[in-house]
Amino acid sequence: MGEKVQRREDPRLLTGNGRYLDDLGRGALQAAFVRSPHAHARIVDIDIADAWELDGVEAIYTWEDLPGRVAEPLPVLIPHPAMTHARTGYCLARDEVNHVGEAVVMVVARDRYVAEDACARITVQYDTLPAVVGVARARDGDRLVHDDVPGNVAANLRQEVGDVDTAMAAAPHTLTLELAIERSACMPMEGKGVFARWDADDGSLRLYSSTQTSTGVRAAVAAKLELPLAKVEVVTPDVGGGFGVKIVHPWPEEVLVPWAARNLGRDVKWTEDRREHFVSSAHERGQLQEVTVGFDDDGRLLALDVHFWHDNGAYTPYGIIVPIITATQLLGPYKPGAYRVEFWSLYTNTVLVTPYRGAGRPQGCYAMERTMDAIAEHRGLDRAEVRSRNFIQPDEMPWDHGLMFQDGRPLKYDSGDFPASLAKLKALVGWDDFAAYREQAAREGRRVGLGIGCYVEGTGVGPYEGGHVQVETSGRVNVATGLTTQGQGHQTILAQIVADELGVPFDDVHVTTGDTRRMAYAVGTFASRGAVMSGNAVALAARVVRAKALRIAAEALEVSPDDLDIADGVVSVKGAPGTSIALKTVAVMSNPLRYAFDASAAAATQFAGTFDPDTPPVGDDDEPGLEGQDFYSPTQATFANGMHAAVVETDPVTAEIRILRYCVVHDCGVMVNPMIVEGQVHGGVAQGVGGALYERMVYDEGGQLLNASFMDFLMPYASEVPHIETDHLETPSPLNPLGIKGAGEAGTIPVSAVIASAIEDAEGFPIRSMPISPAELWELRRRHAASDPHPVPVQEDPR
Amino acid sequence: MSQSAADPLLDITVRVNGVRRTAAAPARRLLSDFLRHDLGLTGTHVGCEHGVCGACTVLVDGEPARACLMFAVTAQAHDVTTVEGIGHDPADLDPVQQAFVECHALQCGFCTPGFVTTISAYLDEHPDPSADEAREAISGNLCRCTGYQNIVAAVLRAAELRREREGTP
Repeated sequence: MGEKVQRREDPRLLTGNGRYLDDLGRGALQAAFVRSPHAHARIVDIDIADAWELDGVEAIYTWEDLPGRVAEPLPVLIPHPAMTHARTGYCLARDEVNHVGEAVVMVVARDRYVAEDACARITVQYDTLPAVVGVARARDGDRLVHDDVPGNVAANLRQEVGDVDTAMAAAPHTLTLELAIERSACMPMEGKGVFARWDADDGSLRLYSSTQTSTGVRAAVAAKLELPLAKVEVVTPDVGGGFGVKIVHPWPEEVLVPWAARNLGRDVKWTEDRREHFVSSAHERGQLQEVTVGFDDDGRLLALDVHFWHDNGAYTPYGIIVPIITATQLLGPYKPGAYRVEFWSLYTNTVLVTPYRGAGRPQGCYAMERTMDAIAEHRGLDRAEVRSRNFIQPDEMPWDHGLMFQDGRPLKYDSGDFPASLAKLKALVGWDDFAAYREQAAREGRRVGLGIGCYVEGTGVGPYEGGHVQVETSGRVNVATGLTTQGQGHQTILAQIVADELGVPFDDVHVTTGDTRRMAYAVGTFASRGAVMSGNAVALAARVVRAKALRIAAEALEVSPDDLDIADGVVSVKGAPGTSIALKTVAVMSNPLRYAFDASAAAATQFAGTFDPDTPPVGDDDEPGLEGQDFYSPTQATFANGMHAAVVETDPVTAEIRILRYCVVHDCGVMVNPMIVEGQVHGGVAQGVGGALYERMVYDEGGQLLNASFMDFLMPYASEVPHIETDHLETPSPLNPLGIKGAGEAGTIPVSAVIASAIEDAEGFPIRSMPISPAELWELRRRHAASDPHPVPVQEDPR
Repeated sequence: MSQSAADPLLDITVRVNGVRRTAAAPARRLLSDFLRHDLGLTGTHVGCEHGVCGACTVLVDGEPARACLMFAVTAQAHDVTTVEGIGHDPADLDPVQQAFVECHALQCGFCTPGFVTTISAYLDEHPDPSADEAREAISGNLCRCTGYQNIVAAVLRAAELRREREGTP
């Protein structure tokens, strides 16, 4: 624990020995889909005759071919009382399509080339309907996505703590900010993919999916295909990134591919291509926000009143998790005074919206941090000082905001030292010296700005994860946990934890994730929960095994278990290291069936001793084998936090925006592997930079996604991502045995807020819409220059 | 009409990682698909199929090329090096691969083979790059996990390892 251990996964992945979804099933039939070219239309007719003529076509399916539950709408995974109008699509569109990219016809053929040829020969006639695109259009409600959803409102939720109206009326100062943030998407380098193998003799299904939850997919597919759970196993191979999009399940293809495999009695595979990923997976982030804040002369919050309108796309299979997180995590490290938040989650005829790294937090952080800067500007105060005055203090932990969090449990921060984090950040970026730097830059004709953003992230939400630890008679230690891995290094960090807990060499520990054959109960990898949940679960399981090993060894050595220790795979008497048994020998002794297959079994016989003929070989409360299982289930999320600062330079002529420095102070509690935490932060910041300056989903009014390729959707290359400077604080979580908090999403959360803050600082006028391109900045400059030579950054409420 | 004869198979022979490999494939088979599906060399990954992400980068006669933008027949009689050709044994890593381990320059690993081939070819020409040059060298490949910082470090470390290994008799 705490060491920068090199990753166990790497040599395999670096040498072409990784096994990602499309690397499996060589020779399997391949699926391709006819997808809707219209954002909103009724299906009039589908003509597949021409496609059937192609050699190599094995099956063509439309909705009408689907039986039973496969033909029913996809499930709403996480219902919520406020979601009065949940709507989901079908595996293949029935009668109507609601976004470009929705699957209409499935083709299974000899290979993908033939399958796509067949798709091109299928003619679908549509009656087009007016499309609803963008939050503003959806909010108008004059056009509807779903006829039976008035105002396009999937959900409306309001939470209030304290009396906002009274507190706002009494506040010496108030401001209102109108804010916008646009769509981006996870864009893992590997898209989704499914490979199904139906065993007709056994009546069972093995499914491989590039997913963030193998157990979830298993349960969903068993239900849809009406198979016993025991006849379905789901294995997650190497996954080429997830970032949220692969937690949604079941995707239509996860149902259709195994269904087709069973139908045809053949292996069937589908590998999503990049355009499919753009138009038929999921996006996130799009919101319009309105923040009204009341504060005193010192910039202390007295009342905060937030309304926002969230674009949930065409369907709501994942419920309203994203806007709930925005509504609650918006508060960051601050005490808001009275707080009221109300959101409307709205349908549009665009790709559906589900969590993307940060999952609603980037939008919430953006709203709060824009507000903090506005207060500082209004009062003429230092921006860091305003933040500091509103911090929840370390001695006020645990801090209960009085709100309900995404997991339905109280939004209660467990620990954190925000003043210490801010002090570290100010030192790292040189906050107090920036004025001098700015002046010097100005003398050189350069324009620079400093930005800041703070956030708190609820991580490690429940309900549980499990760990299973088994010591083989060879000394090999097998560890299994059910959640999946998409690059987080779980094989390394979980092995570190078990090696420490059990007292065995790291190299002896082998970890399996995301395989329902090894761990049937699991939730999944999202919400920065992998290390918190499975880390603690495997630690608890290792402790079970350790206790059993000590008990067996104590009997053999005729000492008390308290007198024993385990180190380097050997159980020995404390202070008398000569009196010892290898753990692998204890593994042999744990099982009364001892064929002398190996050296360990032979060695164990010397401890066989006498036995009581009246007791069974395996005791009533015992089991054979040196293995154990346990589950970690927390009462609530644990809250990590961090603060970022950036220095940007904006070109006075071209409005080009360049990040000169990017600084991160991050507190995720105890770090299992600081190298991996750092890597998570780097990657998160890079995605945040993409979302702040480059990435957006450009839909036209008709609902066509105009930039559905890597040529046009500008994901950052190395040339766009700045060098990231980091510092860490380790405030342990009191909630779990290892003191861990999650780290996966942290880097992404504040970046849009930080960059907006820095550009605002450089330019002297408010930034209220992100992402921002040089062209948009140039246009803002022109407008501010035209309207007012000395623009006031924010408008005081005239009341 | 039947399409069965419209897609005739050709025997395509490519020298891959130093070995002559022949497989029957239609003329339109992409080199990336040929390597992956016809030859079973799945280390070359496909991230976009339109030549932007660089995950499928292989070396054709030593020069980096996007395998998703080439037909397999175009590679006929040429030398192709995939990530497996750089180093296929996890216990015996090439300097670039070793540097990636040491610098934590990969997370999910999907884009990684394209970086490894690209960097290998780059270091052949530029054995001692600066940090800025290293960043420039990898700026044609997309990675969604690492933020590139550790990949830049790995380029520098790989250059160092190569020099060390060359210095060893």
